[in-house]
Amino acid sequence: MSTREQTVDILVIGGGTAGPIAAIKAKAKAPHLKVLLLDKANVKRAGAIAEGMDSVNNAVIPGHATPEQYVKEITIANDGIVNQAAINAYAVRSHDMIRELDSWGVKFEKDETGDYAVKKVHHLGAYVLPMPEGYNVKKVIFKQLRKQGVAVSNRLTTTRLLVGSDGRIAGAMALDSRSGEFVVIRAKAVVLCTGAAGRLGLPSSGYLFGTYENPTNAGDGYSMAYHAGAELSGLECFQINPLIKDYNGPACAYVTGPFGGYTVNAKGERFIKSDYWSGQMMLEFWRELEGGNGPVFLKLDHLADETVTKIENVLHITERPTRGLFHEGRGTDYRTDLVEMHISEIGLCGGHSASGVWVDEHARTTVPGLYAAGDLCNVAHNYMLGAMVFGQIAGEDAVDFIADKEPAEVDAAAVAAERERIFAPLLREEGIPPTQVEYKLRRLVNDYLQPPKVTRKMLIGLQRFAEIRADLAQMKAENPHELMRAMEAHAILDCAELAAAASLYRTESRWGLYHYRTDYPERDDAEWFHFVQVKKGNDGRPQCFKRAVPPYLYPIDADERDAYDQLRVDAPLAA
Amino acid sequence: MPSIQNRNIASVIVDADKCIADKGCRVCIDVCPTDILVLDPAQGKVRMAYDECWYCLPCEHDCPTKAIRVEIPYLLR
Ligand SMILES: Cc1cc2nc3c(=O)[nH]c(=O)nc-3n(C[C@H](O)[C@H](O)[C@H](O)COP(=O)(O)OP(=O)(O)OC[C@H]3O[C@@H](n4cnc5c(N)ncnc54)[C@H](O)[C@@H]3O)c2cc1C
Ligand code: SF4
Ligand code: SF4
Repeated sequence: MSTREQTVDILVIGGGTAGPIAAIKAKAKAPHLKVLLLDKANVKRAGAIAEGMDSVNNAVIPGHATPEQYVKEITIANDGIVNQAAINAYAVRSHDMIRELDSWGVKFEKDETGDYAVKKVHHLGAYVLPMPEGYNVKKVIFKQLRKQGVAVSNRLTTTRLLVGSDGRIAGAMALDSRSGEFVVIRAKAVVLCTGAAGRLGLPSSGYLFGTYENPTNAGDGYSMAYHAGAELSGLECFQINPLIKDYNGPACAYVTGPFGGYTVNAKGERFIKSDYWSGQMMLEFWRELEGGNGPVFLKLDHLADETVTKIENVLHITERPTRGLFHEGRGTDYRTDLVEMHISEIGLCGGHSASGVWVDEHARTTVPGLYAAGDLCNVAHNYMLGAMVFGQIAGEDAVDFIADKEPAEVDAAAVAAERERIFAPLLREEGIPPTQVEYKLRRLVNDYLQPPKVTRKMLIGLQRFAEIRADLAQMKAENPHELMRAMEAHAILDCAELAAAASLYRTESRWGLYHYRTDYPERDDAEWFHFVQVKKGNDGRPQCFKRAVPPYLYPIDADERDAYDQLRVDAPLAA
Repeated sequence: MPSIQNRNIASVIVDADKCIADKGCRVCIDVCPTDILVLDPAQGKVRMAYDECWYCLPCEHDCPTKAIRVEIPYLLR
């Protein structure tokens, strides 16, 4: 339980997708700076893209789509509640990032002329760029980290941020989950890239680590930003995905769709026009599952044998390569069998829905010197490429921010308090195992927060969460690994309470299933055409408030506005 | 607060004949995102220590001797 101290210029927390690009770009812009990239896992294989990606979900490539089209589509898909400037900041850099990755050695699908082979999966425009050989993304990026000379520290679970007396970010504190050391890192700017809150709901398999998201992303960043006083946004806009049942990974519609695969109900009928993941699509999916037409399946059995082989060569090799093993175990063959689909547990994720730490178009949070990028920030539907672009924006802006600044003062009392909080479960003689607390907490999240949301249930949920908070003080960890899990349980509980608070505050329904409240079933633009923000109040409790939607860069016409509300196939088409 | 031991089947299988951890290899231990693989000091081989696998495969893909086989965890198989 010794303490290690370190001082750097820019600290990047989370070495998955956004983090490495933030570090690379900061270092490239200012090679003399000390840039440290740290991760709970090992940067070489950390994050959602550890085994590659099978497509860019949101490529904005000239000749296929314009930033204006893209920003409008995401605005409509997100029921209008977006900061268009932030989405545009991604859109205008999208093509350059693809070209840069291409020059580094990432492979994207191209047509005979050498142009990027963009496909239409979204409801309105064409933005999906397949990556059939996308398994090497992480390796390519890791090489660039080495090339730029970015310092890397692995197995550091960051638990709290440090804020100076002037309100400026001062650094972060972490637990080394191997050695059990306490680590204090002072920095002039911090870029938080810790991904989604992926261990919020419990997968229906009951397996704690059988999540949709990479389970190292337990929601630590949401909790850290909250305790540092930052504003979080859209936490009522849950992430819920249509996934292969039990396997709990994507099927994935973006891969199979362009080859002719689609989603059907038990009668073999198509019921949604677009398989692009949106709250409205999930609502139709849920209705079909729960109604007389369920369950829901992915249908590929009508495709030619060689087409199915092509699909297998993507789905079983990149992104979630155990998909093939799972199907084999169940005796499922895409050629003859439908694939049973289901709805994921809930999570918080900016990259898939819109729930995250509030940032502007410069990736700045509301705490000076603290940046957020990737799934953790609230830039809607940003996905992998958006994570990279916001990493770039954050890394480059941080270089300007720290110019002529000294590190902010560190509050010794805050450091001592955090040290005590972290090590309490290790010092306790006996108590509840952290994973057992986590299991119960996440089971309660399913029971009380999973949409459709019901006011009374969420209120009961908050009572149960308060009881779990008392249990946190009873956890016993046997070693540093279990201590990491104990700290994650703290973060998951924060996320559950924040998600409940934001959900209760917005007394309407919006984003299809993501915020479907049975006791407020209608969308109410007059009252709720706002962001719902949450931050730590003076009493130390979550405080919710409205934030105005900034004026649009690209106005949405009345006849375009509701396009995503018309996803249901009118009369069932015969399959 | 007394506790009891829980038993789970391992879903990450290490072939002891192929594993060269006793010669210093730590590749799978290093890359596993959930940090669930450990060196068994008595055997000099790697084993799964926590039932916290994301069935993601870096361990299997990066193992120089192909000693690791990842199965789908029992609960979701
Ligand atoms: C299964 C799956 C399939 C997907 N498919 C696609 C696709 O086909 N196309 C697409 O465009 N997008 C896809 N996405 C989305 C895309 O992968 C993500 O939006 C993007 O990778 C997010 O990047 P990130 O940097 O925010 O998070 P990550 O890449 O997950 O990185 C977060 C990192 O933070 C670390 N970390 C977490 N907590 C801490 C802590 N307390 N201290 C230190 N480190 C910490 C983690 O270990 C992790 O390495 C998919 C996502 C998943 C999960
Ligand atoms: S990578 Fe393979 S050989 Fe090396 S320690 Fe792990 S199992 Fe053994
Ligand atoms: S499959 Fe992934 S989580 Fe499981 S042991 Fe291997 S690297 Fe670790």
